[in-house]
Amino acid sequence: MVATTLRAASANAAGLAIDFQTVSHQYDLDGQPLPVLRQIDLNVGPGEFIALLGPSGCGKSTLLRLAAGLERPTTGDVLEDGTSIASPDPSRVLVFQDPTLFPWRTVRDNVAIGPEARGVLAGSQKRIDDALRLVKLEAFASAFPHQLSGGMAQRAALARALVNDPHLLLLDEPLGRLDSLTRLTMQEEILSLWRHAGYTVILVTHDVEEALLLSQRVIILSERPARIKSEVVVDLPYPRRRDDPRIVAQRQTILEFLGFSA
Amino acid sequence: MTSAAVDKDAGRKSVSSAFARPVWKHGLYAAAAWLLAAIVTAAFPDVVPWGSRDVFVGLLLGGGAVLAGLAFSVEKLGGLGRGLIHYGPWLIALGLWFALWELITAKLGWMPKPFFSPPHGLLHVYIVDWQRILICIAYTARLWTIGFFSGIIIGFTGGVALGWSKTFAYWGMPVLRLIGPVPASAWIPATFFLFPTTFQASLFLVALASGIPVAILTASGVNSVNRAFYDVARTLGANNRYLVLRVAIPAALPHVFIGLFMGLYYSFAVLVVAEMLGAKYGLGWYLQFQTAYSAYANVYAMLIIMALLCSGLVKLLFVIRDRLLGWQKGVVQW
Repeated sequence: MVATTLRAASANAAGLAIDFQTVSHQYDLDGQPLPVLRQIDLNVGPGEFIALLGPSGCGKSTLLRLAAGLERPTTGDVLEDGTSIASPDPSRVLVFQDPTLFPWRTVRDNVAIGPEARGVLAGSQKRIDDALRLVKLEAFASAFPHQLSGGMAQRAALARALVNDPHLLLLDEPLGRLDSLTRLTMQEEILSLWRHAGYTVILVTHDVEEALLLSQRVIILSERPARIKSEVVVDLPYPRRRDDPRIVAQRQTILEFLGFSA
Repeated sequence: MTSAAVDKDAGRKSVSSAFARPVWKHGLYAAAAWLLAAIVTAAFPDVVPWGSRDVFVGLLLGGGAVLAGLAFSVEKLGGLGRGLIHYGPWLIALGLWFALWELITAKLGWMPKPFFSPPHGLLHVYIVDWQRILICIAYTARLWTIGFFSGIIIGFTGGVALGWSKTFAYWGMPVLRLIGPVPASAWIPATFFLFPTTFQASLFLVALASGIPVAILTASGVNSVNRAFYDVARTLGANNRYLVLRVAIPAALPHVFIGLFMGLYYSFAVLVVAEMLGAKYGLGWYLQFQTAYSAYANVYAMLIIMALLCSGLVKLLFVIRDRLLGWQKGVVQW
C-alpha cells in the first residue's frame, strides 16, 4: 500500500540501463599505481537485478563508485542509457555497508537529505513520510542514529536512498554487518521494493546464497585487478527458497568458480 | 484478608507522614553554624575597625533564620529543595568557615594585617565601592565581548576554510602552526605600540587568544570528517555549499567546542593581563590599582566577582554545547 503510493508519486521510476565499456581503473597509492579493475565489459538492462560476487578487496565497490559517478574510470567509459556518467546524481544512489547516517540528524532529517540538497524539501514532506513507512521506521522518525539497532539504521539508509526515486540502486554489501535474522527480513524487503518499483539494482555481496536468492544474474569477479571471470543467469521465479535444488546446484557451480571445490 | 492488611499499612503510612515529618537535619546544623558565626562576629571586638560589621551580623542571622525555617519546609520546594539538600554539608561548612575566618582575622589578629581581611571587610568593599566595581565590570564586559566574539568568528571561519580548501591549508597552516603556540601575552609589548589605543591593543589580544584555538580545532575537525559522509551527500545531489554548511560544519562541531572552551580560558587570562597594563577601568585594572594602595580587601572582593563571572561563562558554554551536541550521547564521552 505504502509502496504503491511511493511508486505512484513517480510514474517515471523505471530502471535505467548501465553499460560498462572496457572499463579499467587504478588508484594512486603513495605514488604507486594500484590497478583495481581490468577491462570490465558489462551490460545491465533497465530494471535488471544483478549481483557482483568476488573475493574481498577485488574492486567490486569501485565498480559501484564508478556507476554512482563518484569517480571517473581511468580508461573506458560508464554509460547510463547511452550517455556518459560524469558526476553523481540522485537518480543513481549508493547504499554503503555502513549505514553512514549523519549522527547529528534525526532519522527523518537523514531521510530528508536528498530532497534538502536538491532544494525540493518543502514539496517532499509526504514522500519522506512514505519512505519512512516503507521501511517501517515511522515510529523512530525523531530518534537519533545512536538510538537505532544495526538493522534499523540500515533500513533508514535504505529509506534515505529510496526517497529520491532512484532509477538505479547500488547496494554495497548493505546487509554485511547485520545478524542473520535481520538479514533475511531485509533481503525480503529489498526484493519486494525492487519488484514494486522497477528500478535497476546492482548488489555487491560476499554471500553466494544472497546473490542467488535476490538477483537475476550473478557476475563473478577475479582477484584484484578484477576482471569478469564468469556469469551465472538465475532464471527462477520469486520468491525463491534456499533449499530449492536448482539454487543448491548453482551455488555449487559458483563456489567452484570462486575456487572452492568442496 | 489481604485488603485488611493493605488498609492497615496505608493507615500507618498516613500517621507517620502527619506526625513525624522528616526534619532536614543538615539545615538545622547549618542554621546553628551561621548563628555561631554571627555570635563570634558580634560578641568580640575587632582588633582594628573594618566597617559593615553590623550588616554582616544581620546577614548571618537572617541566613540562619531562613535555614532554620527551611529545615522544616524544604521538602515542599521540589527541585530547588533537592538542590538545597544536596548542598546541606556545604552550608554547614560555610557557617563554620565564616566563624573561623572572623576569629583568625578580625578577632585574634593572627593573620598579618593589611594582607588579610575578615568577611565583613569584603562586604564593606561591596557596600562602599559598588559603583566603581560596576563600572569596571562594564568595561571588562565590553572588551571581552567584542574581543572574544570577533576572535571566535574569525577563528571559526578561518578554520573551516583551512580544513576545507587545500590552497588555504597550504598557505595558512604553516603560519598557524608557527604563531599558534606563542602565548598571546607575549604579543603585549608589540601590540601596545602597533595599535593606536590600548583598548584596540587589548581587543586584538583577546581576539587572538580566543581565535587561535578555535581556528586550529575547527580545521582539524573539518579535516577529520568521515569521507563517506561527503560521498553520501554527493550521491544524493549535494553541491559544495551543502557539503560545507550541512556536512562538514555539523560534523566538526564537537572539535569546535573543544576549541571554544580553550579559547574561553585563554581569553580570561590575557584579558586581565592586558587590563593591568594600560586600561582606565576594568577588572584587571581594579586589582592592580587596589594592590598599589594596599587595599587587599578590595582585591579579594574583586577576585570573588571574577570567579563568579568566569565560571558563569564556562557554565553557559556547557549549556550551549549540551543543547547543540545532544546527538553525541552514546557516540563520544568527554
